[in-house]
Amino acid sequence: MTATEARAAARKPAQIVDMSWDPITRIIGNLGIYTKIDFANREVVECHSTSSLFRGYSVFMKGKDPRDAGFITSRICGICGDNHTTCSNYAQQMAYGVKPPRLAETIVNLGEAAEYMFDHTIFQDNLVFVDFCEAMVKATNPSVMARAERTEARNGYIHGYRTIADIMRAFNPFEGELYKEALKVSRITREMFCLMEGRHVHPSTLYPGGVGTMPEPTTFTDYLSRLLRVLDFIKQAVSMNDDVFDFFYEALPGYEEVGRRRILLGCWGAWQNPDVVDYRYETMSDWGKAMFVTPGIIVDGSLVTNDLVDINLGMRIMLGSSYYEDWVNEEPFVTHDPLGNAVDMRHPWNQTTVPVPQKRNFEGNYSWVMSPRWYDKNSAQHLALDTGGGPLARLWSTALNGLVDTPYVKATGHSVRISLPKSDKMPEMTFEWKIPQWSNTIERDRARPYFVAYSAAMAFFFLERAMDQVRSGDTKIFENYEVPDEAIGCGFHEAVRGVLSHHLVIKDKKIANYHPYPPTPWNASPRDHYGTPGPYEDAVQGQPIFEENGPEDFKGVDIMRTVRSFDPCLPCGVHMYLGKGNTLTKLHSPMFGAAHG
Amino acid sequence: MTVESGTTEVSQQPTRAEQRNGFDEIHILWISEGMSCDGDTVSMTASGQPAIEDIVAGLVPGLPKVNLYNKVLSPSLGGEDFLAPFRAAARGELAPFILVIEGSIPNQNIIEGDGYWTSFGNDQDTGEPLTLNWWIDQLAPKAWAVVAAGTCATYGGIHAMAGNPTGCMGLADYLGWDFKSQGALPIVNVPGCPIQPENFMETLTWVLYHAAGSAPPPPLDHMLRPQWLFGKTVHEGCDRAAYYEQADFAKDYNSPKCQVKVGCWGPVVNCNVPKRGWMAGIGGCPNVGGICIGCTMPGFPDAFMPFMDEPTGGTLSSAVIRPYGAVIRRLRGITNMAVNREPKWRHNKDKLTSGYDPYWRPDGRRRQRERAR
Repeated sequence: MTATEARAAARKPAQIVDMSWDPITRIIGNLGIYTKIDFANREVVECHSTSSLFRGYSVFMKGKDPRDAGFITSRICGICGDNHTTCSNYAQQMAYGVKPPRLAETIVNLGEAAEYMFDHTIFQDNLVFVDFCEAMVKATNPSVMARAERTEARNGYIHGYRTIADIMRAFNPFEGELYKEALKVSRITREMFCLMEGRHVHPSTLYPGGVGTMPEPTTFTDYLSRLLRVLDFIKQAVSMNDDVFDFFYEALPGYEEVGRRRILLGCWGAWQNPDVVDYRYETMSDWGKAMFVTPGIIVDGSLVTNDLVDINLGMRIMLGSSYYEDWVNEEPFVTHDPLGNAVDMRHPWNQTTVPVPQKRNFEGNYSWVMSPRWYDKNSAQHLALDTGGGPLARLWSTALNGLVDTPYVKATGHSVRISLPKSDKMPEMTFEWKIPQWSNTIERDRARPYFVAYSAAMAFFFLERAMDQVRSGDTKIFENYEVPDEAIGCGFHEAVRGVLSHHLVIKDKKIANYHPYPPTPWNASPRDHYGTPGPYEDAVQGQPIFEENGPEDFKGVDIMRTVRSFDPCLPCGVHMYLGKGNTLTKLHSPMFGAAHG
Repeated sequence: MTVESGTTEVSQQPTRAEQRNGFDEIHILWISEGMSCDGDTVSMTASGQPAIEDIVAGLVPGLPKVNLYNKVLSPSLGGEDFLAPFRAAARGELAPFILVIEGSIPNQNIIEGDGYWTSFGNDQDTGEPLTLNWWIDQLAPKAWAVVAAGTCATYGGIHAMAGNPTGCMGLADYLGWDFKSQGALPIVNVPGCPIQPENFMETLTWVLYHAAGSAPPPPLDHMLRPQWLFGKTVHEGCDRAAYYEQADFAKDYNSPKCQVKVGCWGPVVNCNVPKRGWMAGIGGCPNVGGICIGCTMPGFPDAFMPFMDEPTGGTLSSAVIRPYGAVIRRLRGITNMAVNREPKWRHNKDKLTSGYDPYWRPDGRRRQRERAR
């Protein structure tokens, strides 16, 4: 078992209630979380996560022109469609043997930086933070709210809010100052995105082989001027989030146990270094390590590997408790990788998706999400890696690797230092994200604003490179190629909420097999055939309950905070529902105060 | 506005010039559980013209008070709390409401047994998932208006492409193209993969003005699209269209010229994006270097694939325009050279040669006198 061990405690006789939330709000896609809660011991004893949506990309991509893959797979996700297009193009570039011009890579990097800034901002401030806002905390932990009124905000000199309660009020949905400001900032960063990639959500100017974005000086000036305008907000966001999260640890001793998992993090790396990457599988280990977010698999605090070849070969897709038929008896598409290593039948290159709609059964199959795992040769375990909602794993891996060294962002081996230049209201500032003690709900959420700062800092670095190139007349953005009769490719990238890979097999110039693995199947996966729960299930299962409400008016805010800390996005993979379990003593549907209904 | 003795009472609710005789309050029930990526909801939040928070906050004069129920933006924790208004509407206890559907509608009839392709909440009696189709069957007949957001909901979109396993379709295919809502409106289709943010918010606002009784229903074409948004083609609003007219075609994506030969469908696609930009006038498709793949169209995506090849028919039309375009380009080149030259009187010599007569100078006055004689 790779799951986190249950926490020992002096136990009272259990008072177990089945509780569920389905659909979960403030996420993208269909997610349900079904739990059993022991109100006597105030902890969650069981959790199942389920997704009730099947769409079938890997089915209808078969037989299509491989060049269409990026355009189609963008539609997998309505918030990070560009991450899919980018990843698809990486995979195709490997298959076609084409390396895009350097400027094209930088334009893609700038687009992806804007995407991270947009997506993390709207998710953290408009969706996640609602769980920490005044209206919610008042309804779930009134004593904490009273304490927040009395607690001065440590970073008030940066963000301007005197007490923690003032920050919480500013995040009240549709009314709070910061809630509204965040929506506006998410529009400016989306404009920056559109300057590089044409359209948001589904980009129009990304192609395998490069981009179509016209690299005029104006393109970059327009991006730069908007980046300068959002810097104040970013600096304030980091400091405000730190204040609120530190306050939660102080106000609710033991809150670090909420959503805590064993440290099993995966990051596939982001932002190619145009000077190093050539998209050949044979050199993937080298150019993977040159990315500006370093790939890595972290187990119990140690870096297991940062080699994309190892990462690739260790991927295993298990059926787990999902509504699909097995493919082990099919012909494999790829028996060996281009380096001669054997490729497992459960690897995405060899997967065949056969959907079998069926009744939901928590003792059997209960989700449309499969169970991706990473096979660790050293421990012979199939690890249920999570992505830390994206930023936690990205910062952790980059910090531990200590390879990223740019004028704006530097990895130290134990931290990541992020420097942002002077902005309208604030001086130049350096933030340092340090590897935390826990992989838990608060740290997943805390990492997010730091990664927004990271992205803004990297955007300055990419802008300087792009402007240098354009000013020197080097404006080539697309490289032509022929689609080969037969080829394989794989792309590794970070969607906003974590690891993203695309695996492609071409036969007769057509797609013979195509399997995208976005972060949510990793995080939202159901129990695999070893019985190991998926990361949401594992993080929620066994977590203590701090909410002051009893079973009658229980809202489940601690559970929802945990699930949302992973940045769930289920078009790429879950629903909470009030079920009728066998040990059921009471039935209740969680409700939130009518004031914000 | 109350004006008494030249002073304005700011505490009073301003009124409008027109009379409002529709609803004062309306609910928007937005279901994104179709075969979709929720990209239309996300795209909608990009609109600042108008912005969703301005509508919800009641800042736009003349609209009814709007109660929005959308999973992504809902302040609720989820589950029954979020589902409550949807359940009330299904029981006929919540009216009037606008039903917004996002995502294509799967075909439940092709499933054998108890499975489902997509669901939205559970049946309160059995605990089994409630399908999207069940909700549409309950809500569409009771809705004052029905709006389909995005190409998936309007015509089926990506998930309905050849080889799809779910048999999905657009909302009008499911409800019937002659469907009329309680407000006597046909389905209002806003296609786009995803919706152009402002196109959607503007259409929704028009429907809300109509709900308030201060505007006629939005004018729709035969595919139920707003006429003023989809009446023209991409080509007609494209920055690069002039290159087409001059038969000056891009050979690959490095070129700023017309992209028809590298896969652009702009000349035949109904969409205003190159003209309007993607958001706040920024971005777009062929105008900024992206080929038009026809994502607003009923035939999307199959009719446009493979996207990166020249469209069928493009070879012929680009061949026909070639001789005309070549001549025009050459002639315009000559004229362009001429108009790029400055007139000869702009110089730094000691004599004014612009044609003006400096009569206050001695020689100027003399000339004036001579002229008078």
